Amino acid sequence: MTNALEVDNISKHFGGLKVTGNVSLSLAPGDRVALIGPNGAGKTTFVNLVTGNLSVDAGTVRLGGEDVTSKGPMERVRRGLVRSFQVTRLFQDMTPEEHVALAILQREGRTNRLFGDFRRMPQVLAEVDHLLDELGLEQLATTKVSQIAYGQQRLLELAVALALKPKVLLLDEPAAGVPQSDTGRIEQALAELPADLAVLMIEHDMDLVFRFARRVIVLAAGEIIFDGLPSEVIENARVREAYLGSYANASSVA
Amino acid sequence: MALLVKQEHGMANATTRTAVTRDLIGLVAIIVVAGIGYLLFPNNLALLTRIIAIAFLVLSLDLVTGFCGIATLGHAALFGAGAYAAGMASVHFGINEPITMVMVGLIAGAVAGLISGAVVLRAHGLPQLVLSIALIHLFHELANKASSWTGGSDGLSGITPDPLLGMFEFDLWGRTAYVFGVVLLLIVFAVLTRVVRSPFGMLCRGIKEDPIRIRAMGGAVQSTLLRMYIISGAVAGIGGALNAISTQVVGLDSLSFTLSAESLVMLVLGGTGSLYGGLIGTVVFMWFEDLVSAANPFHWLTMVGALLILVVLFAPRGLYGSAAAYFTRRGERR
Amino acid sequence: MQTVFSVAVDALAYGMVLFVISIGLSVTMGLMRVVNLAHGAFAMIGGYIASYAVRDLGLGYAAAVLIAVFGTVLIAIPIERLLYRRIYGSPELTQVLMTIGITFCIIGIANYVFGPTLKTIPLPAELQGSVDLGFRSIATHRIFAIACGLAVALGLWYLIERTGFGVKLRAAVDDAAMAAALGVRTDVVYAVSFAIGIGLAAFGGVVGAELLPVEPYYALRYMVTFLVVVSVGGAGSIPGALLACLVLGGIDTTGRYLWPEFGEFFFYAAVIAIICVFPRGLAGRAR
Repeated sequence: MTNALEVDNISKHFGGLKVTGNVSLSLAPGDRVALIGPNGAGKTTFVNLVTGNLSVDAGTVRLGGEDVTSKGPMERVRRGLVRSFQVTRLFQDMTPEEHVALAILQREGRTNRLFGDFRRMPQVLAEVDHLLDELGLEQLATTKVSQIAYGQQRLLELAVALALKPKVLLLDEPAAGVPQSDTGRIEQALAELPADLAVLMIEHDMDLVFRFARRVIVLAAGEIIFDGLPSEVIENARVREAYLGSYANASSVA
Repeated sequence: MALLVKQEHGMANATTRTAVTRDLIGLVAIIVVAGIGYLLFPNNLALLTRIIAIAFLVLSLDLVTGFCGIATLGHAALFGAGAYAAGMASVHFGINEPITMVMVGLIAGAVAGLISGAVVLRAHGLPQLVLSIALIHLFHELANKASSWTGGSDGLSGITPDPLLGMFEFDLWGRTAYVFGVVLLLIVFAVLTRVVRSPFGMLCRGIKEDPIRIRAMGGAVQSTLLRMYIISGAVAGIGGALNAISTQVVGLDSLSFTLSAESLVMLVLGGTGSLYGGLIGTVVFMWFEDLVSAANPFHWLTMVGALLILVVLFAPRGLYGSAAAYFTRRGERR
Repeated sequence: MQTVFSVAVDALAYGMVLFVISIGLSVTMGLMRVVNLAHGAFAMIGGYIASYAVRDLGLGYAAAVLIAVFGTVLIAIPIERLLYRRIYGSPELTQVLMTIGITFCIIGIANYVFGPTLKTIPLPAELQGSVDLGFRSIATHRIFAIACGLAVALGLWYLIERTGFGVKLRAAVDDAAMAAALGVRTDVVYAVSFAIGIGLAAFGGVVGAELLPVEPYYALRYMVTFLVVVSVGGAGSIPGALLACLVLGGIDTTGRYLWPEFGEFFFYAAVIAIICVFPRGLAGRAR
């Protein structure tokens, strides 16, 4: 079975500074992987290299077996690589319904149509309703984003990503900035993600990591120092050293 | 569950229906206002036709500025291109059939939109603004120098449109031109209300708010904006052609920085991001201009400047935007 | 050869005048991120005041320059307090509209007060005539303009690189919030830079009146010229602005000399070409 995402030996330098060095990882459909690492470990750079917002100095990136190393971000999105943002990037003046419809139409290559209103496209509407319903946003379908709570904006961010029917989903701290009372709803949504979707989540909150991930990757100083089961990560000596330095006696990582 | 979905469909259809109803009301309002104008100012139809022609320019600017977020001070280039193309078609090529002249203006405007867009979209922020100003000056200089084609600073005269549909002469009172303008405006307005609600229009609004998000959704930003620029050019070109047909002369002022800046003032006065705002801004501004410049032409520029400052300070959403926001608030309170 | 020389001198003088006027715009734009379309209007006010001082009050040239600079700053201060303050940090379109509104008002008022005709600022005897360099003579005024440009460039360099105020200014340009957190009174820095910028614009408007004649539409006619210096040079960059002025002065003067019938055509074409090639400015710092 081909991997949904395969990153092979990529590296990136900014001037003389190595920010990503010979990183390889692969995600199979259905994987739930968390990417963690101390601040400055190069997580953001890594995500940007995978999405194509930065170009790699060496190595290859494959999506569903196809080499996309030379392809730009747009081409990668169209091949099923979708990301969410750490801070929500939504259109303040548009409604959730419009967000999801736009994503669906974009996925179907119909955003170049000068006529027609998605509100009169039964299939689009059904899918919009279905997605908003799934994420508990149906009540807010026609409220402007600027008027809805941040926790719900995060859910909408997820709905937009799902509307693009991704094969690989990169979630950048999906619960960041959300009040405690709303995280449950987001975790539930994460638990209900499509089974065949490969998910790579970047997260600081270790509780969330342990509940969500079936595999954890630790990035430190631009290199992967651990790739294995969540239960093993906290006992790993290199991980402890990366996080805690010489104070490696402390009992927990997060 | 099935019931719920059905209900939601019902809701969505209701939204569509209100939108369609609002568009119909908009079209009826245009007809009513146009009719009142005709009855109240039968001797000033030339001014009313000029207002309609400029309304095309402001609507066109709204597409680019209001719906895509591009600040430009060179939009008259698209209007002037349409005006000169329609004029030259008549003077140099003997194309005097009015509807054909409008089509010529439309195409020339679209081409000018393509050129403008290709240039202006190269940069962002201040350099983008400077590009737009440089562009309108360049168009102006070109038209000025190519005087054998454009009449230079004397203007292009000798435009003699045939009777409309072979039946209605363009009379001295400007009745035919006025009715022609109103009909063109209704058609264009009806088309644009659909375009801004279409998937493409939604994509443009998304780009205006966050181009990076659109890219992350797999949307193409530059080519979408360029397409909108072409559509915008076509709309402005129709206005230019209408102006050429109704006044039977095209002057360099139709390619001027001042007209570009004034059209932006009209748009902001009415409210960006709404076609109604564009129309209201045009009517109010042109009417105001007519009053002030009749009373005291010396102070016209000062008044426009002061008006602009007042709008920025006190009604940043424009007349239509502020009024709409007011009524929405009131509606919510109830 | 002689024509090449005289075109070069004219280009240099023109470029230097552009520099004196635009550099204030560049600094304030780099600092406050305000797209100020009204900058040229302040240069025009300076020109009008100087012309009035020399011709109607019979004052000397040096006194007129001083009065023009301080008078313009005095006029600008309430405008900054009442209007500019409100648009710091606003969207670009808002800034464009506000400053174009200010420009229109100033043009209208200048037209009303001084009339639509061109105003001259008579030069003192020392600046009239020409200097003989042996192989060629140059109009003294051109040398004066060039010297003024160099003096302004040097003075600004000293102010920004070598004084305490310069340190604060640079800190505020790099990161206003951080500078404020470190105890820099950014509002004072803003106000002083704005005043210096306007003062320089007025100074340039007076010194450059021979090359950019003072009339009500001055503010619109040269708007793009000043803005383009900033967008080509990069906001906040003095070397960038200097380079941009010399390049644009050269293109404009050469164009007028070789193809006078095309007017500004080459200038605008060059502006478009340069920005398309360097959308972030020659110094690459503009945003």
